[in-house]
Amino acid sequence: MEWPALWLTLRLAGITALLLLLFGTPLAWWLARTRFRFKSVVETMVALPLVLPPTVLGFYLLLLLAPDGAIGRLWQHLGGDPLVFSFKGLVIGSVVYSLPFAVQPLQAAFATLSRGCMEAAATLRAAPLDRFLSVAVPLARPGFLTAAVLGFAHTLGEFGVVLMIGGNIPGRTRVISIAVYDQVETLQYRQAHLLSTAVLMLSFVLLFTVYTLNRRHRRGA
Amino acid sequence: MTRPRLRLFALLLTLLPVLAHAGEVYLAVAANFAVTAGRIGAEFQRQTGHDVHLSAGSSGKLCAQIANGAPYDVFLSADVERAQLLEREQLAVSGSRFTYGRGQLVLWSARLKKVDADVLRAARFTHLALANPKIAPYGAAALEVLNRLNVSPAVRARLVYGEDIGQTFQLAASGAADLAFVALSQLRTASGETAGAYWLVPLSLYRPIEQQAVLLRRADHNPAARAFLDYLQGPAARAIMARFGYITTEARP
Repeated sequence: MEWPALWLTLRLAGITALLLLLFGTPLAWWLARTRFRFKSVVETMVALPLVLPPTVLGFYLLLLLAPDGAIGRLWQHLGGDPLVFSFKGLVIGSVVYSLPFAVQPLQAAFATLSRGCMEAAATLRAAPLDRFLSVAVPLARPGFLTAAVLGFAHTLGEFGVVLMIGGNIPGRTRVISIAVYDQVETLQYRQAHLLSTAVLMLSFVLLFTVYTLNRRHRRGA
Repeated sequence: MTRPRLRLFALLLTLLPVLAHAGEVYLAVAANFAVTAGRIGAEFQRQTGHDVHLSAGSSGKLCAQIANGAPYDVFLSADVERAQLLEREQLAVSGSRFTYGRGQLVLWSARLKKVDADVLRAARFTHLALANPKIAPYGAAALEVLNRLNVSPAVRARLVYGEDIGQTFQLAASGAADLAFVALSQLRTASGETAGAYWLVPLSLYRPIEQQAVLLRRADHNPAARAFLDYLQGPAARAIMARFGYITTEARP
């Protein structure tokens, strides 16, 4: 069993999901409320990873993160280690790759919040941040749950992007999907089966949890 | 069958030999040889009228695909072992196996001015790319070179792996890796991306990369596939291979 690959993948997916909530929440909130003229442009950019082949995404990321690429150069100028072929690079790639899976459910959840609730809170003199934290967040809880789990699960399923920018380094960038690919290529079907079964079960449990919890929430538990 | 239909059928029957004339060959080609095989295939197609279709990947990947029934007629491996394996498993026509050329390994950098063994020994690089040694013969040869040169274990932590030699080339071409072990043929065939410097690794540092071809089982009765394998051993194909950096054996009498 490829424990390092499994652990690496879980860590990557976990960190990615956290970062997605951190950056995705303000972005989704803004998208849900803004009357900005070019809102559609921003929405399109957020949705692009849904459509782009992972190889296209991976190719651009490789060029951007390379030591003489725009992001890579800036990062190393600030004293960081090279981003390509590193765990940090994979995190950046995964955040971009899974962005729509976190932002879209959040945006949908924020969009359905009734203005009434927020305005009522405002008349009770709750500050904007307080209004957001104690009214919007609890009401949008299913959105947060969906965003977190989909962000996590989608990163779990990442393959093409990692193949392009990872370099298949054991313990550092060899995630589960790459390990399975490797095992199939080298005709080690038994190991590939073991790992694949583990991923299948994990994915089922994750999605099942979301659907069950969201259903309970809708029933007003 | 009604009369007019029967006549149409007869007419179609007479057309059959014409249709059958242009055969098809599906090639599974080790990535290092992809461009070269493409040139040879185009030349072959021009001369014979047979259509050549080409799929490239690491020898290991293609071998695994063929073992699972991938519909190819000819396998051009980058090693002996995988061609042999397919022959032993009766997935290839026995007796059809031969060496079409010997590949040469180079250490290449798109950005350094000079590349030689000292760059490796002194570890003057951040990332060194090689093809996954488990599935790509050029990657296995690269590992052998690192062993022979006694490159320190610390350097091993800077290795990154391409899925096949094609991706390995791309990792260095994009500047993501400073150095890469690639095939000489790739430097000869790539257009405009081969700035920088390379070191032709001495043949004494790795076992010969003997590249073998086999006729796959489903093509046993495919004359176009057999014609292609003959063509591959002929002077025209060998001239193309030599131009792209392969060491070719003498033509079979």
